[in-house]
Amino acid sequence: MGVKKAITGAQAAAEAMRQINPDVVVAYPITPQTPIVEQFAKYVADGIVDTEMVPVESEHSAMSAAVGAETAGARAMSATSSQGLALMWEVVAATPGLRLPIVMSLVNRALSAPINIHCDHSDVMGVTTVGWIQIFSENAQEVYENTLLAIRVAEDKRIQLPAMVNQDGFITSHAVEPVEIFDDALVRKFVGVRSLDRALLDVEHPRSVGPLVLPDYYFEFKRAQEEAMSKVFEVYREVGTELSAITGKQYPFFETYRTDDAEAVVVVLNSAAGTAKAAVDAVRAQGKKVGMLKPILFRPFPYTEVRDALRHVPVVGVLDRSMDFGAYAPVYSEFRNALWELDKRPSMQSYIYGLGGRDIMTTEIEAVFEELLSGELDPEHQRYIGLRG
Amino acid sequence: MPTLQEIALKTDGVDARIVSGHRMCSGCGIGPLIKTVLAASDKPVIVISATGCLEVVTTIYPFTAWNTPWMHVTFENAASVASGVEAAYKALKRRGKIDGDVNILAVGGDGGTYDIGFQALSGALERRHKFMYLVYDNEGYMNTGNQRSGATPFGASTTTVPAGKVSFGKPQWRKNLVEIAAAHRIPYVGQAAVHNTLDLYKKAQKGFNADGPAVLAVLQPCTTNWSFDPALTMQYSKLAVETNFWPLYEIENGFVHISTKPSNRKPIEEFLKGQTRFRHLFKPGNEHVIVEMQKMIDDEWARLLKLEESGIQF
Repeated sequence: MGVKKAITGAQAAAEAMRQINPDVVVAYPITPQTPIVEQFAKYVADGIVDTEMVPVESEHSAMSAAVGAETAGARAMSATSSQGLALMWEVVAATPGLRLPIVMSLVNRALSAPINIHCDHSDVMGVTTVGWIQIFSENAQEVYENTLLAIRVAEDKRIQLPAMVNQDGFITSHAVEPVEIFDDALVRKFVGVRSLDRALLDVEHPRSVGPLVLPDYYFEFKRAQEEAMSKVFEVYREVGTELSAITGKQYPFFETYRTDDAEAVVVVLNSAAGTAKAAVDAVRAQGKKVGMLKPILFRPFPYTEVRDALRHVPVVGVLDRSMDFGAYAPVYSEFRNALWELDKRPSMQSYIYGLGGRDIMTTEIEAVFEELLSGELDPEHQRYIGLRG
Repeated sequence: MPTLQEIALKTDGVDARIVSGHRMCSGCGIGPLIKTVLAASDKPVIVISATGCLEVVTTIYPFTAWNTPWMHVTFENAASVASGVEAAYKALKRRGKIDGDVNILAVGGDGGTYDIGFQALSGALERRHKFMYLVYDNEGYMNTGNQRSGATPFGASTTTVPAGKVSFGKPQWRKNLVEIAAAHRIPYVGQAAVHNTLDLYKKAQKGFNADGPAVLAVLQPCTTNWSFDPALTMQYSKLAVETNFWPLYEIENGFVHISTKPSNRKPIEEFLKGQTRFRHLFKPGNEHVIVEMQKMIDDEWARLLKLEESGIQF
């Protein structure tokens, strides 16, 4: 049993980092991520952790210093949002190629322009192709546990890939919730320490890291990266089982809510999944069979498991909090792909909601269910929730 | 201070930190430059390279010329990667995971330093990480075929600011990286040249031993893109110093000290002659460019002398 604390999602990420006590934390402030690094800096200032904290001059340098520290042999962590992620994109893309298991909190915020500090998923959806493990969190509790889980999955010898733990800007990062924090000693035993194997600081065994690789070998490097990514599923399950021994919870690739006999299911990431559950309950109360699926592990994407989970569902609506202009929205696209293999494919509808932090209401998701059940769908064109006429 | 022979033994002996088999252009000065700097460290050295000539010619996978820990990430971040390496070093040492001392050396060309890596360098200097930043300055993007950088001198023709019917090449003077670095109030900044091994070695040693960040700027005449006979690299380096185009000096704890004062300053034409990038300056109509260049060099030299004489601390 843990101790319940009334904290925000940002503080939950910082709590996980406090327990992990990384060798190095590299920080640059950006709204709405800032409270994570502020909280962690306080732990450093008060001697609660003995991490070497590097307050850099930009996000590009943040990820660069994290890469330097991690290559040197340290366990390094960072956090960012939106524009910060965009600025560090170059180094974010280099990190998995260098096989560095850096874990970073991403507090999801809309990308400019127009500038906006509130939540949507346009930041993370711009980096899903570069090779980070992507984990999404509905609430502060999940942020905390997913951060612990991510460290172990990323650093596993079979993986050695970086991981981002996502949470919704403001909605999760700044809202206070009761969060159960588990015993420090148990958690520290679970996360362990990073191996110094192949560390750059091992001067007795000099290594050259990040060489120029030409067409004769580059392809093999990338293939090896993909091999490691494909092993995340089994490692995630194993590590999840270990974490369950402390938390008593399960760590599936995605959560299903009342989908067993559902005739219509909505798919939605992060905090809006909580809203969707309330909508499911409301519609169920009217005697209609509806359910929800919340992706958690988004990279690698569990196509097979998603397909099996939705095999029996006649209508699937996918709610995206970002757009891929001129193409299917990112989450919708994955689910269309996953379900294509089914002999009897469901009808599908893409919805865009919540851009730039616009709230989504239970009544709006209830209306989505009405539409899905009505059969008046247009799978080729996305529809917009809560948009001005 | 070791003799030239002793330095040569350190740079090419069995413990050499960088070895033969690299792919530098024949006549490239980066080889002797990096060897001399690495030999000046009395501790193991961790090297962080920016993207550029040095990185490309020493590492094409599956080969490496490095016999010391070496890493490269991207073009503009050598200083911030070095920040992370230094932070890791401190953390792991504090936690008893490693022992022994190391020196940390970040290396970039002028493009990766004056231009795209400028912010990362400034940030790392301001945070006072204990590392040395070495810039081998060949006055432009030479790895990719002579494009203009913030270090390209006035009047030079580059592929992005070429000389032409209405252009004499680069119309601006170069940035003064040494003084900018010194403005961060760091303990050591040095300017050296590849032909003067003893001076370079001494400055590298001071940089490694400084109590905080150090910056070392070294002129690296590029035989390929300044287009001169590969046998003349050291000659051009020497001429750059003898013309006061590239004075050898250092700023130690804020105090300027000029290492070498040419007794009889040669005219700048001596340095410009034979380099393709300055060839157009000798054509009729461009005389004023050389005159202006000479004036700027003399003014800068007079200013440097005054800085030294004044004893004013940076």
